[in-house]
Amino acid sequence: MTDILMPALSPTMEEGTLAKWHVKAGDAVRSGDVIAEIETDKATMEVEAVDEGVIEAILVPEGTEEVKVNTPIARLSAGAGATPSPPPVAPPIPPPAVPTVTPPVVATVVAPSGAPSPPPAGTVSGRRTTVRDALRDAMAEEMRRDETVFLMGEEVGQYQGAYKVSRGLLEEFGARRVIDTPITEHGFAGLGVGAAMAGLRPVVEFMTFNFAMQAIDHIINSAAKTLYMSGGQITCPIVFRGPNGAAARVAAQHSQDYSAWYAHVPGLKVVAPYDAADAKGLLKAAIRDPNPVVFLEHEMLYGQEFEVPDDPDWTVPIGQALIRRPGRDVTLTAHSRMVGLALEAAETLSKQGVEAEVVDLRTLRPLDHATILESVKRTNRIVSVEEGWAPMGVGAEIVALVAAEAFDWLDAPPLRIAQADAPLPYAANLEALALPSVDRIVEAALKVCYR
Amino acid sequence: MARPAAGRKTRKPAAPAATDAGVSRDQLLAWYREMLLIRRFEERAGQLYGMGLIGGFCHLYIGQEAIAVGIQAVRRPGDQVITGYRDHGHMLVCGMDPREVMAELTGRAGGSSRGKGGSMHMFSTEAGFYGGHGIVGAQVSLGTGLALANSYRSNGGVSFTFFGDGAANQGQVYESFNMAELWSLPVVYVIENNQYAMGTSIERSSSETHLYRRGASFRIPGEEVDGMDVIAVRDAAARAAEHARSGQGPYILEMKTYRYRGHSMSDPAKYRTREEVEEVRRNRDPIDHVQELLTEKGWADEAALKAIDAEVRAIVADAAEFARISPEPDPSELFTDIYVGAGR
Repeated sequence: MTDILMPALSPTMEEGTLAKWHVKAGDAVRSGDVIAEIETDKATMEVEAVDEGVIEAILVPEGTEEVKVNTPIARLSAGAGATPSPPPVAPPIPPPAVPTVTPPVVATVVAPSGAPSPPPAGTVSGRRTTVRDALRDAMAEEMRRDETVFLMGEEVGQYQGAYKVSRGLLEEFGARRVIDTPITEHGFAGLGVGAAMAGLRPVVEFMTFNFAMQAIDHIINSAAKTLYMSGGQITCPIVFRGPNGAAARVAAQHSQDYSAWYAHVPGLKVVAPYDAADAKGLLKAAIRDPNPVVFLEHEMLYGQEFEVPDDPDWTVPIGQALIRRPGRDVTLTAHSRMVGLALEAAETLSKQGVEAEVVDLRTLRPLDHATILESVKRTNRIVSVEEGWAPMGVGAEIVALVAAEAFDWLDAPPLRIAQADAPLPYAANLEALALPSVDRIVEAALKVCYR
Repeated sequence: MARPAAGRKTRKPAAPAATDAGVSRDQLLAWYREMLLIRRFEERAGQLYGMGLIGGFCHLYIGQEAIAVGIQAVRRPGDQVITGYRDHGHMLVCGMDPREVMAELTGRAGGSSRGKGGSMHMFSTEAGFYGGHGIVGAQVSLGTGLALANSYRSNGGVSFTFFGDGAANQGQVYESFNMAELWSLPVVYVIENNQYAMGTSIERSSSETHLYRRGASFRIPGEEVDGMDVIAVRDAAARAAEHARSGQGPYILEMKTYRYRGHSMSDPAKYRTREEVEEVRRNRDPIDHVQELLTEKGWADEAALKAIDAEVRAIVADAAEFARISPEPDPSELFTDIYVGAGR
């Protein structure tokens, strides 16, 4: 007898909804038969049987939400035989004492869940919204507001977004303004920049910024530099957006944090929001900005819910950091997903009598020097936190800034928390070892406080 | 979009001798003047480079004049032109002031980019000239993006996207071809095949040396054109533009041409013989060809041609003088034009 477990259908999936059963107790199944549909925040997937046998019991009824990965969802009696003839109704078999467990079953994507649901006409007051939907709402609102705004990228249309960020946009705006591109990053980034030079306002989605490395020539040489080289004649109002940094267990080529790469380049603006309100407000600001903006999202934040203001014209100015948590003892700077870790670390530190001030950088270029320096002048200590590598990184820039502009206020050498100086490993233990953690932030904060 | 299979076929060139039909005296004289302007302008740029007034990279268009001029003849208002770094000739025929082009070459405040772009990076939104791009092949994606904008706006515009035989081996060219045909974008790809990518001959760099066939696997029609014959260029450009403008998507024109000068000013010229260059100059020169036509037809006598030459020389001399005396950009220009809304 075998338990069929709730499968993980993506690297970051932790739970899902058991939307539909295609089988019932007593049904015989063969390898490859679709037995259920599972909905995640990204898509609806079909679950296929791996083993042959007879469904002995459905353990999780359809419609159940928040079913954790690896929860037994059905029980399969072993070896009903490989007979192609109609399966007999299986008599219940007494369960053995220790059920064996199958690995997660094979899944294929069928359709994104809720695909036709259009984006809301306007957010209601102070609504809890996922970062994913906040980004979608931002694009939808700007596309309604400005006819020259359009979205292009891989799987942004019919598929509804590889991470479901563009869900519903094709239905509302049509294929002219929600353009599914071939897998051709260098090419479509160049097309986007050309269209922007002609006065349109493209939002170019990269499935992840790892793939934007194929297109980085156009982001830097074409988008960032042409205004300057043309003596101000050619503008490039374009947004390059997509998830940046490490997802979960996708290894070195799919996990890089490009914050420092883009923040290095004059002519670009670089934004990396943490919560949903910022994701929405900053994306709207980025789309309205007359300059090329690199908009770094984080896959691990897409499903997180935050309050988003109801103001239909909600924007967050590019270039302003935000003090997420005031504190007198030590400044923690962070952006994107690392803000969450810094906030957690601050809670832990508080219990130990250290009050950390968490500065969410929000924009990396232009960097809000004033907010960082004012904070350090209050706390006299600083730990920078970033997901990327330390050498020549965001933290290096912040420490240099503080050393140059607030040297006399420092009571301890600044510290940097960053990813281990190695390609991100696949193995779960090594991955955890490589990425910044709450513990490491706490440890560093205590160190600069000489505790 | 469904099209008859025949329309997809690539075609060999029509015989050059048949191409002088349908050209008026005024047209031919105007083209002669424009080609001569490019030639004299580039000769002077070469001199200024030798004098140290122009720095960096400088790629001259001498020998290829018929292409820019012949394509320009079919351009309509709103059509865009974009090219790589061999761009001076294109800018002149697009209508940019020779003074501001030459002053950009000398890196002066009077230059079209106020001295911040130089030879390879000049633009004029007014003239519909979108550069002037220094990265080989980048202009192909960008030019296809200009066509995407035309399609998005349904404005009837065509993007004339120029690149060389060297750029034709860049991957993004084919990424762009694919999307252009997939979305029926109004773009005419003009490949200026001058036979050498820097110092590497087409035979040494390209497995398929007939570049007009390079669109075949994307179902883009292409044709080979005598790029030394301005009338042949104009005729082919008219066919290509009509194809693109009428919603049938992209079209490839391979212009067989030749550059007389080195790849840039710093070219050792070890990769071809002097005789090879001389042979083209003597027998295939695009300007001589038009001059002969004008004479044959009795449309211009020697005095008239000399008058044109004098006029062109005066324009170039004026541009060179302007470029010499125009001041260097103000130090404050270092930080302008990095962002819209910050600085000028």
